[in-house]
Amino acid sequence: MAKTKTRDRMNNEINAGSMADIAFLLLIFFLVTTTIAEDKGILVRLPPWSDEEPDITKLKTRNVYSVLVNAQNELLVRENPMRLAELRANAKEFISNPNNAPDMSESPRNAIISLKNDRGTNYETYLAVYNELKGAYEELWDELSQRRYGEPYSEDMEFAKRKAIKEEIPMVLSEAEPTNFGEEQ
Amino acid sequence: MAKFTKKRGKASPAVSTASLPDIIFMLLFFFMMVTVLRDSDLKLQVNTPEATQLTKLEEKSLVNYIYIGRPTKQYQAVYGTSPRIQLGDKISTVDDIPLFLEQHKVKLPDNKRDRITSSLRVDGEVTMGIVQDVKTKLRKSNQLKINYSAGKRAQALE
Repeated sequence: MAKTKTRDRMNNEINAGSMADIAFLLLIFFLVTTTIAEDKGILVRLPPWSDEEPDITKLKTRNVYSVLVNAQNELLVRENPMRLAELRANAKEFISNPNNAPDMSESPRNAIISLKNDRGTNYETYLAVYNELKGAYEELWDELSQRRYGEPYSEDMEFAKRKAIKEEIPMVLSEAEPTNFGEEQ
Repeated sequence: MAKFTKKRGKASPAVSTASLPDIIFMLLFFFMMVTVLRDSDLKLQVNTPEATQLTKLEEKSLVNYIYIGRPTKQYQAVYGTSPRIQLGDKISTVDDIPLFLEQHKVKLPDNKRDRITSSLRVDGEVTMGIVQDVKTKLRKSNQLKINYSAGKRAQALE
């Protein structure tokens, strides 16, 4: 008699009590394996591989902004030593050349940045230099965008506008094969 | 007596937990959406440097990771202390990169293959020699879209 009673009760509804346990188990599994941290960084497009080095000697010297980084992480910008903090402003001035100085780029379209490092350069320094040079261009794009369209430059703006800006100030950064004076063993 | 307790038990049932699975499932689905399964454990010490001009990487399935750094303490006996490359969960050499890229490529549909990005997670203390070798190999393998992984820098340069 009592037996039938319990069976009746079980048949009345499906026991969903263990559902929570199962869900919890899955939940904990995903909690443990989750890595929400997203990846950010400096996006770069490398030039396709070719066996001969690009020849920058054919270009006018006034259009080339050479940046050398040695194994002691020191900068030599157009034959002059420079601190990293000054690089961005200096590069901006060179590219835009607001005062039409004879030793700076003819126009932003002609400007070329040539970056050369040593195999012993610290990656941190290299990336900081690259960051400053990219920052210089992004600031120029932003200024042009503000002047022309009255909105800040961003990846979300209209493609046509972005293209027009990048045509006006193309980012040309050529990286030479590094020297090898100070690589650690 | 027995009858009495039975009746009371039926009269005031426990707090209904019927909605608990729903709540848990909701949480579960949230975490399932944001999860990326951790596929490799790091054998190298990688502290990426900081930068300001950052771009967010969009689709995670289109990204493959190349780690460069010095082996952590527990792996120093096996791999030494000089900077090494890690692809997936294996310590490798630059010559393994083309195969690694190919293995990642075949998992993706054709129309997405030209959007593959290689994310270089490089320790700040490493010298450029090994990074340069990796870059050269990537260029030779025609993997030109790369990302120098970096954190956000708040303070100004000195």
